[in-house]
Amino acid sequence: MNVIEAVGVGHRFGRCWALRSLDLAIPEGSVVGLVGPNGAGKSTLLHLVAGLIEPTEGTISVLDRRPGSVSVLPDLSFVAQDAPLPHRTRLGQLVSMARAMNVRWDDRIVHDRCEELGLRDDQRITALSGGQRAQLALALALAKRPRLLVLDEPVASLDPLARRAFLQALMTAVAERQLTVVFSTHLLDDLERVCDYLVVLGQGTLRLADPIDDILRDHTVLVGPSDRPLPNGARPVGPKTATRQHQQLVTLHQAVFDPVWHQVTPTLEEIVMAHLALKPDQPRRLEVV
Amino acid sequence: MIALRLDPTSGVAAYAQVVNQIRQAMRLGVLREGDQLPTVKDVVAELAINPNTVLKAYRELEHEGLVSGRPGVGTFVIRTLAAPSRQVQTRLRGDLTRWIEHARDAGLDLDTMIGLLREVSDRIDRDVVA
Repeated sequence: MNVIEAVGVGHRFGRCWALRSLDLAIPEGSVVGLVGPNGAGKSTLLHLVAGLIEPTEGTISVLDRRPGSVSVLPDLSFVAQDAPLPHRTRLGQLVSMARAMNVRWDDRIVHDRCEELGLRDDQRITALSGGQRAQLALALALAKRPRLLVLDEPVASLDPLARRAFLQALMTAVAERQLTVVFSTHLLDDLERVCDYLVVLGQGTLRLADPIDDILRDHTVLVGPSDRPLPNGARPVGPKTATRQHQQLVTLHQAVFDPVWHQVTPTLEEIVMAHLALKPDQPRRLEVV
Repeated sequence: MIALRLDPTSGVAAYAQVVNQIRQAMRLGVLREGDQLPTVKDVVAELAINPNTVLKAYRELEHEGLVSGRPGVGTFVIRTLAAPSRQVQTRLRGDLTRWIEHARDAGLDLDTMIGLLREVSDRIDRDVVA
């Protein structure tokens, strides 16, 4: 089953399209990494999924229902960028509030996590470090027992240690329960270990959406003489190099046995960068409505 | 119990890295028949890695007949992979030394040699299947 399904989805802020013609199908149980430069439409997509905004065009469904509808809300947890928790509140109050506002609630998750982190009920949220706040927001989001967890840049402002601790907590949660996770990030180095599905957005359009293992399997860098055509089945990602030595990232579904071509394994980061560098079919951002 | 690690810059899929490390541990005799693999939860907590990756790796090892999963108990090694004898290792090392000297003479650098090695190995695999 697909947890998120989008067909031809676009969203416009005023005269500016933030997202255009997006088709997406996210299988249940995936951990989806959403990447792309600033202004690519990542937050817009996540807000559409959470039901905070509505699509200007196309249709989107979350767990077979309209995002934001009353029946889907208990199944979805959304943590906005920088985990905006009410600053002056004390931790105990915040947890009581969250408990009162949700139909499903597992106190043990928050309680255990706070104990592990050494957090006390009488502490104010302002007194927490960025890492602690991120962890607390994650614990609150998980205590809802959602089927879909949506996180907007959860690790962007965390130092490497806090980031690792956060991802450990997140992955343990995925291991313990049936949970689909979608999170945006611009840190590409965590993607491979944490995600199994990758969605790349650039300038408001979808550039790539596939299981990571497939992406790695289907991409290769071919190195060879530039006067030779690329081998059969190889489709270039990005422009051809003008130099005598051809070095080209391609998608390739079969092995190449022509000794003229050497194959080099690209990293996921190289693949993402190459797809982002591709010119979209139409420049979406500049379009005036 | 063995410790696993991940190299994010290798371009090798994470599940394949786990598979390779366990196979290597079996070959070196670090993992023997009857040993239990680390639980998925342990690996996840240790490496901050996606549990689906670990499951996929364990399924692959199971498919190869190297390990067997017992629901609710864990995953256990069911075969012993023999490490090559010292004699064989010496011979392979000698062959490889000569080969690398030839390749260097032909102007190949290490990356190209590794690429070639992988390509030829892939081709042999394909010919076996075909």
